[in-house]
Amino acid sequence: MVVTNAFVQGILLGGLYALFACGLSLMFGVMRVVNLAHGDLSIMAAFGALALVDSLHLAPFVTLLIVVPAMAVLGYLVQRGVLQRSLHVSALAPLLVTFGISIILQNGLQEVFSADNRALNIGSLATASLRITNQLSVGWFSLLVFGVGVTVLVALQLFLSRTSTGRAMRATSDDQEAAQLMGIDNRHIYSLATAIAFATVSVAGIFLGMRTSFTPTAGPALLIFAFEAVIIGGLGSLWGTLLGGIALGVAQTVGAQVFSPAYGILTGHLVFLAVLALRPQGFLPKAVTV
Amino acid sequence: MTLLSVDHVDARYGDFQALFDVSLAVREGETLAVIGANGAGKSTLLKTIAGLLRPARGEVTFNGQAVGALPAHRRVAMGISMAPEGRRLFPSLTVEDNLLVGAYSGRSGPWNVAAVCRLFPLVAERRSRLAARLSGGEQQAVAIGRALMSNPRLLLLDEVSLGLAPVVVEQLYAALPQIAASGTTVLLVEQDVRQALRVADRIQCLLEGRTVLEGTAGSLTREQIAAAYFGV
Repeated sequence: MVVTNAFVQGILLGGLYALFACGLSLMFGVMRVVNLAHGDLSIMAAFGALALVDSLHLAPFVTLLIVVPAMAVLGYLVQRGVLQRSLHVSALAPLLVTFGISIILQNGLQEVFSADNRALNIGSLATASLRITNQLSVGWFSLLVFGVGVTVLVALQLFLSRTSTGRAMRATSDDQEAAQLMGIDNRHIYSLATAIAFATVSVAGIFLGMRTSFTPTAGPALLIFAFEAVIIGGLGSLWGTLLGGIALGVAQTVGAQVFSPAYGILTGHLVFLAVLALRPQGFLPKAVTV
Repeated sequence: MTLLSVDHVDARYGDFQALFDVSLAVREGETLAVIGANGAGKSTLLKTIAGLLRPARGEVTFNGQAVGALPAHRRVAMGISMAPEGRRLFPSLTVEDNLLVGAYSGRSGPWNVAAVCRLFPLVAERRSRLAARLSGGEQQAVAIGRALMSNPRLLLLDEVSLGLAPVVVEQLYAALPQIAASGTTVLLVEQDVRQALRVADRIQCLLEGRTVLEGTAGSLTREQIAAAYFGV
């Protein structure tokens, strides 16, 4: 029963990891850019929410309405103004640019907010839970985060498969020169993909800040979790990312339960390594590799 | 009325110059074939017109407007569409999605998925298949259909026959009169002179980046074309 409980908690945690990872997956899928600042951006969003709570006394959930659109606009501008210029230079250039952004964010946040542990206080929701049986109960907040995570991934999948812009995004991912011949402005499509990535990782970051405490240097660890979710699930597949996030979440919580709380994260890493060794294409690889 | 004119264009890839002072004009409604051997600069000329390559010198004018500096996606919105060399379908998209991407610019006109399926019945049968799983001839049909989906005024076709069996090439070329009948002006590039002569109103022959012969399809003799094609 204890393991069942850990398993359920792991699935719910997986929703949050999938939310972290989907933007990373999208940017890689569309532009072949690995965004090393991905985790730091989520922390930046969490601090943005904290600043709004402190200064305007907004409820933490309300800050989502301001921070997420602002981060999306920032994503569009960063892509158009900075990353786009690096795409033509070499394959390594965008990686270095995002690495630079990561360092700037960590130090900038440290400068403004200090290195203290901070958290977004959501009051009684943090501890309220739904009792399913005597030994099994799930937190309302975990359930909410999981629901939002799944909803965002489903919405993103529908956007990519059903809308004209989503189709253009997939086409650009396959062959950006041919896409231009279809009348698609690839720079605009790239910027939209980055905007979506910034928005989704902001939601994840703010939820993380409500769930646990965070510091300006917490980003890189989150980047690794996002990476692991993407790789376990299979590059280029959003359903795979959801599955990968859940697998990672379950591995961490069950590992913490079965071995010792200190080994939870390590168990997640080991599962990731096992997938890399045994099924390097991930659970649900893209049907066609380009 | 002249729909497209290319005036004294030089084009280069870095240090290599592919086109030397090439000029060309296409009237609305006609079909012009640019022929020439491998490396004559035919594809470079089409890329310059489509906007994938900026001319080093000279100007491209479409519908009375200078477009030489415009990026490819803006030219599609104006009515220039290209089926590129090597087909370049989007492999991870279905045939239908490939066609729908072709309609991204939102230009209105007679062409839509149903019209393309009528033009190429074999495309209709493959609608839900991934483009990566098509034969060469099917891919070429989808590529032409995809280019038509933007309802272009000028359709650029690059090497339709390349790598395809003669019987498949015949089928694809059989569709050209219907495309021309819809009012679309066609500029095609072809190594297969026989096909080009059958469908084109006028022929222009390139040799090593320069125009060496031009005239109406009926007025040129085989000897003239052979001499221009091979540069003998």
